Amino acid sequence: MRSMLKGLIAVAMACTASSAWSATLDNVKKNGVLTCGTNSATAGFSLPDNEGKWTGFVVDYCRAVAAAVLGDAQKVKFIPLTPKDRFTALQSGEIDILAHNATWTSSRDMSLGILFAGTYFYDGQGFMVRKADNITSAKGLDGASICVTQGTTTELNLADYFRSQSLKYSTVGFADEEAVVKAFEEGRCDVLSADTSTLNASRLRMAKPDDSIVLPELISKEPLGPAVRQGDDQWFNVAKWTLYVMVAAEEFGVTSKNVDAMKSSDNPNIRRLLGVEGSIGKDIGLGDNWPVEVIKQVGNYGEVFDRNVGKDSPLKMERGLNALWNKGGIQYAPPIR
Amino acid sequence: MTDQSLRPPIVNLALMPAMAPPADVRPSPLTWIKRNLFSTPFSGALTICFVLLAVWLLHQVLSFAILNAVWSGGREACRANPEGACWPFIAQKFDYLRYGAYPISERWRVDLTQAIGAILIAWLLWTKAPRRKLAAMLFFVFYPVAAFVLLRGVALLHLPVIDTMLWGGLLITLLMSIVGIVFSLPIGILLALGRRSDLPIVKAVCLTFIEVVRGVPFITVLFMANFMMPLFVPDYLTPDRLLRPLIAIALFSSAYMAEVVRAGLQAIPKGQYEAAKALGISYFDMMRLIVLPQALTIVIPSIVSTFIGLFKDTTLVAIVGIADFLKAVETARVDPSWAGPTISSTGYLFAGLVYWGFCFGMSRYSQSMERQLARGHKS
Amino acid sequence: MSDLTLSVQPRRSLSLHNKKVRGIFYQVLLAGSLLALALGIGIQTTSNMRARGIPLSFGFWNEAAGFDINQTLISYDTLSTYGQAFWVGVVNTLYVSLLAILLATLLGFVVGIARLSQNWIVAKVATSYVEVIRNIPLLLQLLFWYNAVLKPLPAPKSSIEIPGGIYLNNRGLIIPEIQLHPGAGLVDLAFAAAIFFCIVFCFYAKRAQRRTGRQLPVLLVSLATLIGFPLVIFLAAGEPVSFIRPQLHGFNFQGGHQLYPEFAALLIGLSVYTGSYIAEIVRGGVQAVAKGQTEAAYALGFSPGKTLRLVVVPQALRIIIPPLTSQYLNLTKNSSLAVFVGYPDLVQIFAGTVLNQTGAAVQVMAITLAVYLAISIVTSLAMNAFNRHFAIVER
Repeated sequence: MRSMLKGLIAVAMACTASSAWSATLDNVKKNGVLTCGTNSATAGFSLPDNEGKWTGFVVDYCRAVAAAVLGDAQKVKFIPLTPKDRFTALQSGEIDILAHNATWTSSRDMSLGILFAGTYFYDGQGFMVRKADNITSAKGLDGASICVTQGTTTELNLADYFRSQSLKYSTVGFADEEAVVKAFEEGRCDVLSADTSTLNASRLRMAKPDDSIVLPELISKEPLGPAVRQGDDQWFNVAKWTLYVMVAAEEFGVTSKNVDAMKSSDNPNIRRLLGVEGSIGKDIGLGDNWPVEVIKQVGNYGEVFDRNVGKDSPLKMERGLNALWNKGGIQYAPPIR
Repeated sequence: MTDQSLRPPIVNLALMPAMAPPADVRPSPLTWIKRNLFSTPFSGALTICFVLLAVWLLHQVLSFAILNAVWSGGREACRANPEGACWPFIAQKFDYLRYGAYPISERWRVDLTQAIGAILIAWLLWTKAPRRKLAAMLFFVFYPVAAFVLLRGVALLHLPVIDTMLWGGLLITLLMSIVGIVFSLPIGILLALGRRSDLPIVKAVCLTFIEVVRGVPFITVLFMANFMMPLFVPDYLTPDRLLRPLIAIALFSSAYMAEVVRAGLQAIPKGQYEAAKALGISYFDMMRLIVLPQALTIVIPSIVSTFIGLFKDTTLVAIVGIADFLKAVETARVDPSWAGPTISSTGYLFAGLVYWGFCFGMSRYSQSMERQLARGHKS
Repeated sequence: MSDLTLSVQPRRSLSLHNKKVRGIFYQVLLAGSLLALALGIGIQTTSNMRARGIPLSFGFWNEAAGFDINQTLISYDTLSTYGQAFWVGVVNTLYVSLLAILLATLLGFVVGIARLSQNWIVAKVATSYVEVIRNIPLLLQLLFWYNAVLKPLPAPKSSIEIPGGIYLNNRGLIIPEIQLHPGAGLVDLAFAAAIFFCIVFCFYAKRAQRRTGRQLPVLLVSLATLIGFPLVIFLAAGEPVSFIRPQLHGFNFQGGHQLYPEFAALLIGLSVYTGSYIAEIVRGGVQAVAKGQTEAAYALGFSPGKTLRLVVVPQALRIIIPPLTSQYLNLTKNSSLAVFVGYPDLVQIFAGTVLNQTGAAVQVMAITLAVYLAISIVTSLAMNAFNRHFAIVER
């Protein structure tokens, strides 16, 4: 009997150990598709149309990773996740990469078994109120009902802010971002609190967007970034450097339109970026051409920003902090060499 | 004692006057009303209250759904009318509610699958139809394969593969319920037999499964199946994201089904088992030929109500981001371009009608089956 | 050698043709494979969690939660721990479930008996209720109550005012808060005394009925005492109670108790839905009581109400209780749909926010499932005991 038990354990170990830890990059290559967890419906960031085609800022980031790894920006499977479920899905391996409006915080990096791979959008938490309430400052929110999305830093920042200001409030929380916006719109709460980018995106989901205003105060720093599982450095690098390549491309003026021409540029920075010189592909386990594919199929950071949330989009957000470091912002890619 | 003799006898000596024959065996409407609506003052008061209530409710529903409803026009017409339902909204969202994001050019495949399914189910359910065994074989063997090929697609047959993430709406709801119904009964029967087994380990395993499954909320199981599964089992053993809730729903209702079947098994007299054993019939033949046919017949109503429960439970898959019919209604409802005072109510009314239609149909069919079988016993 | 034993004692052989041996063999096979499965899952899970740096301990329990919950029955604030958040969730789940069980039972009994009413229209209305509600998914009903009924109520500034300082708006139902003054204790004492008196009177009335056959108006006397005596003391003590009326201040009402629409939607939805199932159970139970029982009661001169109360229902209860138990359990499990309407129950708080913040998905889900299982087992045991008690009455 004991030997039988041992045998069973051995079989069980053999079955599980083989795949207990397989590299995400190899998996993605083997499956031929990148599984990417995104917001279920945030206009400008991640939104499926009626035919199930996804568009948005974080969606484009996923497409860039797919272009880098698989050479095809269309080979992405999008899994819509609520903020509450997103880290669980990433931890468990349900998704390969999380490209959500998720804030990079110390505790998330240290205790959730995930790592943020950078910041694709610098944001801050704000408040949206109804114009009719004549509120001009967050200090006037005493006693308000506030709609928040569960499982966000918003929930925590609110608690901090109202405690430090000794104001009273009560939250109404839903897992689903759409439900939160709808609850605010239908008058269940006086205030909608979220990252300002999300607040602006929410307006697009409102029947009367002009009835609400965003208060000037920002009560927190919200660096939004992609996240991957801990313990897979190679994949972490893929996630991180895909983003930096896009930022660097903007810095060097490489766009989706001129990328092929830029390959013959004399600028060594551009040549290294596009893999003409150096070993940007080999060291990371991708083809030398991957940055070209990313820029050609998806675009550089500025293009992606403008197309989805910036000046060419209905959201018309300013670059602000998200401008390049040499243009007044803080988007900054480490040197590629 | 002596007084008794002085009393007149109880027997009536005079002839009773003849009575008129009963006017009509069936009571006149007036008598009926009197008997059924105003038998006592309290009953009369109740009647008045309930008539008022019923009339008010009917009026509310009818005026919302029909009389004051917007039947044509667009968003503007709906926004202008805060009194009635907005049917153009449903008309415009109808395709989305049926197919979800299934590619428009391929939607004929869904139609075809559903049409075949409907024909086969009708064939199976119509008790007087010819060759029902063929129908059963087609439905249980041929249909699942055909449905898989048609819905998902096989590149070899020039049917492009449609990712299950795009499936949605009523398609998902029907798919989930049919798969659940087809699998939950056999698994439930096995579990019930296991629970009544003489083998202690088999019994313990089945009992634990049934009780644990019946003891936890379905949404927690769905959450674990769709967000945590790769943590528990290796990658190559994790099924598709649509398949997992399907398996979950089948296993979940099989536990409930097991209890229903067990009730039926318990109702079969012991003599049936003993007679079968005395004839030397093996356990499986005894169950297959003697016990289960009787046991399942007894519990048909409960089986069907478990099916109805399963059908209603498919709405919960929304928690894991699968766009079933109700989730599709929710998504349509919050569409800002249609925002209006009655959009929510219209959406819910329509969803309610659809779900009610399916469930009511099932329960009516089970009632008619029950009557038919009851007649069969009498003859 | 073995051939020889086989031929001598074929029935005791250790071959698979022996039924007993076969049984043991299959069971060992089943137990073994299940064990292997459990082991495999255990090993896979722990190794995965370790490899990915997911916390394996329950250390999060005493860490500060840092988020707020809008409806709590036990003390909780942002400085409380995850453990306290868990208890808030458990209490909230139990609270809404128990209230809904109460309402659903009431509704179910009334409707179930109404379905059997002699009065045609009453029976029809009750039947329609059951047929409509049972055939529509609970989730749809919850969403309907919340999104189509409660949310469209007016904003706080244009609340519906109900006499007595009660306000109804899309933030819920706000009722005055009762504030006790010195002397209020006397009213409590009076109430306790009234209860004591009622119990004594009940015993006395029973005795009197046995002795003389006359029935005393127990219900009337009890009600009069229970309401009247405390009321007299209340007035005599100079009305030692005042109400804090809710005042509209800024965005919302201040003061007073608030019944949130999320809670109300869940409570109404669960009660109405489960009520329809209980109605069917009650109807079935009552119909299962032999008709002779009713007829005998009528022949003895019982009024229809008393027949129902004293003859039919006690017998029907025996049939009703087992399925009723499983409805209660279903209701408790269904209360987890709170997540869809934003009521902070166990699943929403603990398996939602706490899970998200701590990342301890496996531990949190295990605890959540264990709570529901425990509720289920305790309820089953309690109801079984109750059932046995009723079964013994049958001689």
